Amino acid sequence: MEWTDQGVVLGTRRQGEGHLVLDLLTARHGRHLGLVRGGRSRRLAAALQPGNSLRATWRARLDEQLGHFQVEPVTERAARLIAEPSALFALQALATLARLLPERDPHPEIHAAFEAVLDVLAGIARDSAGMAAPPSAGGNSFLGAPATALLVARMELGLLEALGFGLDLSACALSGARDDLAFVSPKSGRAVAAGPGAPYADRLLRLPPALLGRQDGADPSPADGRDALRLTGHFLDRHVFLSRGLAVPAARVQLLALVERAER
Amino acid sequence: MTRATAGPEIERLIQLLARLPGLGPRSARRAALALVKKKELLLEPLADAMAAAVEHVGTCSVCGNIDTTDPCTVCTDPTRDGSVIVVVEDVSDLWALERAGAIRARYHVLGGTLNPLDGIGPDDLSIEPLVARCAAGGVAEVILAVNATVDGQTTAHVVTDRLSHLPVRVSRLAHGVPVGGELDYLDEGTLAAAIRARTPF
Repeated sequence: MEWTDQGVVLGTRRQGEGHLVLDLLTARHGRHLGLVRGGRSRRLAAALQPGNSLRATWRARLDEQLGHFQVEPVTERAARLIAEPSALFALQALATLARLLPERDPHPEIHAAFEAVLDVLAGIARDSAGMAAPPSAGGNSFLGAPATALLVARMELGLLEALGFGLDLSACALSGARDDLAFVSPKSGRAVAAGPGAPYADRLLRLPPALLGRQDGADPSPADGRDALRLTGHFLDRHVFLSRGLAVPAARVQLLALVERAER
Repeated sequence: MTRATAGPEIERLIQLLARLPGLGPRSARRAALALVKKKELLLEPLADAMAAAVEHVGTCSVCGNIDTTDPCTVCTDPTRDGSVIVVVEDVSDLWALERAGAIRARYHVLGGTLNPLDGIGPDDLSIEPLVARCAAGGVAEVILAVNATVDGQTTAHVVTDRLSHLPVRVSRLAHGVPVGGELDYLDEGTLAAAIRARTPF
């Protein structure tokens, strides 16, 4: 068995003294594990950091075996990501969630979105929704914490859907209206428009317009970032983390704290 | 299945040696044979040294270092600068820095890095004892000497966050070109970090 594909490194696990088991989110083969011989060597260690994109060739005698990867770096983002706390927390939060996807189940749209999000987080591409990426003093072009939070929340919506718990944010559950969606029901996961939802506002989750890509060119506010993370966090807790007996990743908690601090 | 070629005591010795880093089953067999052949010269002193280590070695209650005294030799050394704490992931990193002799400061061993997959969160690391050491006063600088990996740097940012309310300067090790490193073989991110952290020459 042999194939070659591009993938994003989600994480690694030590295997023996010099090897690693690589967890890769590939474009056509889904989340796939494989042994990287000499993965802890100086030559390969930098390339195998989470967030980097690799061209990987997987080989095994039988399909059900772990097999081994031969890798070549394509885009090395890790060194850029570790320079910015919000980008690093975002990467860790998303990689932790992506590692819950079932193995060998192709999700090309999740892979493409993850690559795009990581490029924006690393400051090497601009967000398609036009979020401003002001250049920092260090020369990199990073998003602020609120915009990073919105990007993470959008990716989390996609991951929730891939895990079978997608939200319906296309139309209001009460009126059927497609505009002015302002809330999400914490029970059904369906959007609610501002008018019909107003009497129940204290029991609904706020839906920031920027989460739907509706933005008037302005930078997202810290409140938008906070609400977006709280919205996806509610459904992640309920459907993903609690049911698996997992704690909310520390990186996600830190990202939310950064956004809340920006709000003050 | 391989047939045992020695008695159970020797086989057990081989099995235990094979668990050590750097030793596989074959090299463990060779090491065991060398020990058994030089029983008085090697095996007995080694057994005595190990028994003494089992009895006396422990973790320093101040910094998390491994030593035979508590507080450890580093913490009780009066010649060290007590106003600087170097934060490391593991005791092996502390030993590496001591080998380099680059700084005469005190240390703090975190005991690992944040790892969501293994369920290691901030409360599983020795972060709160570090905050308590800094809050007790007398500390002017904390140097984060964690690995330049995604997990290491995430841990560093969390530690920085926990220390943010204290009047302590937090610094980290430089990232860039290693000695003996060739630019052609470095990843783009490391090169960018090296350019950003350039120094007058």
